[in-house]
Amino acid sequence: MAKTLTLSVGLALAATCVSAAEIAPSDVTYEDGAVAQSLSGAAGDATRGREIVGNKSLGNCVACHMISDQAEVPFHGEIGPPLDGAGERWSEAELRGIVANAKMMFDGSMMPSFYKTEGFIRPGKAYTGKAADDTFGPILTAQQIEDVVAYLTTLKE
Amino acid sequence: MIKRTVALGALGSLLLAAAPALAGPVDDTLVVNDEIEMTTRTAAPEHLSDVMDEVISGWHFRGDETRLMQADDFDNPGMIFVEQARDSWGEVEGTEGKSCASCHNEPESLAGVRAVYPKWNEEAGEVRTLEMQVNDCRVNQMGAEELKYTSVPMQSMVALISSVSRGMPVNVAIDGPAQETWEKGKEIYYTRFGQLELACANCHEDNYGNMIRADHLSQGQINGFPVYRLKNTKLNAAHDRFKGCIRDTRAETFAPGSPEFVALELYVASRGNGLSVEGPSVRN
Repeated sequence: MAKTLTLSVGLALAATCVSAAEIAPSDVTYEDGAVAQSLSGAAGDATRGREIVGNKSLGNCVACHMISDQAEVPFHGEIGPPLDGAGERWSEAELRGIVANAKMMFDGSMMPSFYKTEGFIRPGKAYTGKAADDTFGPILTAQQIEDVVAYLTTLKE
Repeated sequence: MIKRTVALGALGSLLLAAAPALAGPVDDTLVVNDEIEMTTRTAAPEHLSDVMDEVISGWHFRGDETRLMQADDFDNPGMIFVEQARDSWGEVEGTEGKSCASCHNEPESLAGVRAVYPKWNEEAGEVRTLEMQVNDCRVNQMGAEELKYTSVPMQSMVALISSVSRGMPVNVAIDGPAQETWEKGKEIYYTRFGQLELACANCHEDNYGNMIRADHLSQGQINGFPVYRLKNTKLNAAHDRFKGCIRDTRAETFAPGSPEFVALELYVASRGNGLSVEGPSVRN
């Protein structure tokens, strides 16, 4: 916990948008794959989350999941289950856990872990094909995860 | 091309349920120049019996126009590079005053070679790709310089050598001295690389036929390499495709010609044992 605080304070100094209540990727606690607490310490913004889910250079969730609510985004994938009704099937804590690291709930899932920074084989520097350097971080920030979760909870059948 | 794009766009925006209609391999047959009958679907080789019944060429996962381009050498842009390689085949290079033709006569004398590569080389004590063998000839027989692995002259030469084996079944050896390299390639195939933690198998074994965003996932067969891609309008080496795929998992890739990719090529080639050699094929 002390380490988290130190890290968070350090990040907060470097980037004012990071709140002191943020939970670092390696400090997230999963219970049956779910995460109860907000990763950023703040509430998510569903509108921003909707953008992240459809945007190719952000979450790009539609690459694998069909979402009727994102009909204006071309080419939805068929790899994972459609996300229509995800907000009814899963609790907020479960959605947070699945987005942060789906493998905690679904062993061996193909879904990338969006809030994880350790345990990779030959991690790269984004899509350059080069080795990761000291800029390596989770695919999405804590607040972006919260925004995505806020959006997913709005998806009803 | 335009027609297809428009059709897809319209389907996509109308109803996303349209996507499943596009899934799966297209039911079609490939005969090149009304002459070479290609086996583009066949029973999976024995070593794959636990994971799939049938192996399918990437040709079945591409659009109508793209598939048609491969059916006639005049429409296949990859054949332009084959013709260029045919010209260099007879050109003397290096200190020994030799060309490819000095030892091999016509390129057709190498019919069947592509089908069995990568292959164990007893003298060298290693598994060699066709590119490695071409460079071995250049350096040790011709006294010429090596060609860069993924360069146009190298891939054109590999395309020429592939073209004279078209229609013959891929039949790489995976046992005996090649087995160790094959096992290494298999391990790489199932390793989940990079920040996205994706193995070749996640897309090309578990999800072929499905769409990942706008890409129709194939089995990742390499019987059609070198591949002329409409996307970059050149011949692409199998190792360049491996590199691109691993890069797209947000991983540090391996280099074309590296021992890892040689092993992976042998393994992936073996997954297509029984499919026809198609190179140079046409894909998007």
